[in-house]
Amino acid sequence: MAEQERVQKHRTEKSESDNEMVDQSGAKADKLKAELDELLDEIDIVLEENAEEFVRNYVQKGGE
Amino acid sequence: MAIEKIIGIETEYGIAGGPSGDPIFASTLIVNAYAQLVKSSIRWDFEGEHPDVDARGQKGLNQFAPAVERTVANTVLTNGARLYVDHAHPEYSSPECRSPLAATQYDVAGEMIMLQAQRAANEILGQNEQIRLYKNNSDGKGNSYGTHENFLVSRTVPFTEIVRAMLPHFVSRQLLFGAGKVGAETDTGRFSNPHFQLSQRAEFFEEVVGLETTMKRPIVNTRDEPHADAERFRRLHIINGDANLSQVATFVKVGSTALLLGALEEYGCEAFPPPPTSPVAAIRSFAQDLSWVDETYPSVYVHTESGARFSSWEYQNELWLLAQRYVEDTGAALVAEHSEVVLLMTQWRELIDGLRKDSMIVANRIDWIAKYRMVAGFRERYGLDWNSAKLAAIALQYHDIVPEKSLARMAKLFELITPEMANQAMTEAPTDTRAYFRGESVRRYSNEIASANWDSIVFKSSEGALQRVPMMDPTRGTMELTSSLFGECSTATELLERLER
Repeated sequence: MAEQERVQKHRTEKSESDNEMVDQSGAKADKLKAELDELLDEIDIVLEENAEEFVRNYVQKGGE
Repeated sequence: MAIEKIIGIETEYGIAGGPSGDPIFASTLIVNAYAQLVKSSIRWDFEGEHPDVDARGQKGLNQFAPAVERTVANTVLTNGARLYVDHAHPEYSSPECRSPLAATQYDVAGEMIMLQAQRAANEILGQNEQIRLYKNNSDGKGNSYGTHENFLVSRTVPFTEIVRAMLPHFVSRQLLFGAGKVGAETDTGRFSNPHFQLSQRAEFFEEVVGLETTMKRPIVNTRDEPHADAERFRRLHIINGDANLSQVATFVKVGSTALLLGALEEYGCEAFPPPPTSPVAAIRSFAQDLSWVDETYPSVYVHTESGARFSSWEYQNELWLLAQRYVEDTGAALVAEHSEVVLLMTQWRELIDGLRKDSMIVANRIDWIAKYRMVAGFRERYGLDWNSAKLAAIALQYHDIVPEKSLARMAKLFELITPEMANQAMTEAPTDTRAYFRGESVRRYSNEIASANWDSIVFKSSEGALQRVPMMDPTRGTMELTSSLFGECSTATELLERLER
């Protein structure tokens, strides 16, 4: 009985910590998403206005 | 014979705008603007420039051997660097550095020198003539320009062994140090229609070994121009890398390469993992391995002659283990002091482990991942095609050297070099290589110097006589060896008299 309880308890602990990890990685994913959104907003502000022209006009001579 | 791993990085910057859109004229304005700003009038001395000499010892191997250009703007700075126009690009060649971190510091100083030069040039130019500089290596239209690393290695290691030992690193290191680009721009690159590539440069390589740098580019360049005593030294000239905005990438790129060259001198090439059977195919296909950022892409493997299989990650992992053995056996004092070696090995390991665990962990240190994150995020937000001009614009603007425009700066890349360190390196030479003698001579006696180059300085007396002072050993001419000499000589004439004694 005692053995079973211990196993049970261990399982409960494990599943709790699993949930914690899921929560944490969920929170982490949300944080990463928010950071990326913020970054994309910043890029939107500073990115060259006419992207097509900007890219087309960037022509280099080979070097080295 | 083991040799101190003196390191230098040469960077050609991409250039746009300028009067009449002429890149050679614009590059000349950049170099001259900075020369005027710091009142540098020292000419470069072309004596000893032999870019057409081949390390394999044969002549006439190459039709396209590079020639020396003598006419364009070309100067020497007090930090020991060379700032000049190379073909149609402004180029900053760092002074000789005694460690990977110092090489990184002087590379960052080069970015700031280019920024000051750009600001100074643009002050005198009209609104529609403004010049813009990019620290990158291709224009997305099939034109590439280089970021070359130089390492001092012992003459006793046969060149064929360098090729055999270093190929695994040269084809796989883009996984950690590639600067990334959207799409492809050469016929062979376009063949597989990649969405994104790890390296700016990989698809431009067509040969395994060779002398050229501008066409038929080889993964291992054979230019045998040591700028030092050719009996003892070789200068390994590496042209297969990308320019990095990530300071960690620059540091680990030159640091890992220096450690592996040390390991080669110590153990010989048999200690290295075997090279792929087709190195050119390997560097190009590793460039297209996007499985590190998106599991829906296939993993890329290459095969060796014995039938073994390697991903770029597996090569980097094995090379790290070899470097670790070299560090444990020797302390790697020839590469850097102990604490820097520890930082180098730790950062290299973190990049390798981070990629396997979750590549976004290393988006603050690996340029191609930082760039991919922006491009892929933008693509998803606006439902864009991979060939959208917006994505190409992001990939290009990542490299803009102006802080307010630089998207690399927005990626919040981890910084190793403080602004104070970079500022100091703009004007002061490294104290522990011959760059110190060059830089201090330029600072103290600029009116008495006719010209300078990597391995000598030509002084001119008030009567007009010229005298060349050779510096054939890059490890000498240090502050320790020459500072008292400088302290005692207020003129170059006195210096020359002392040197003759």
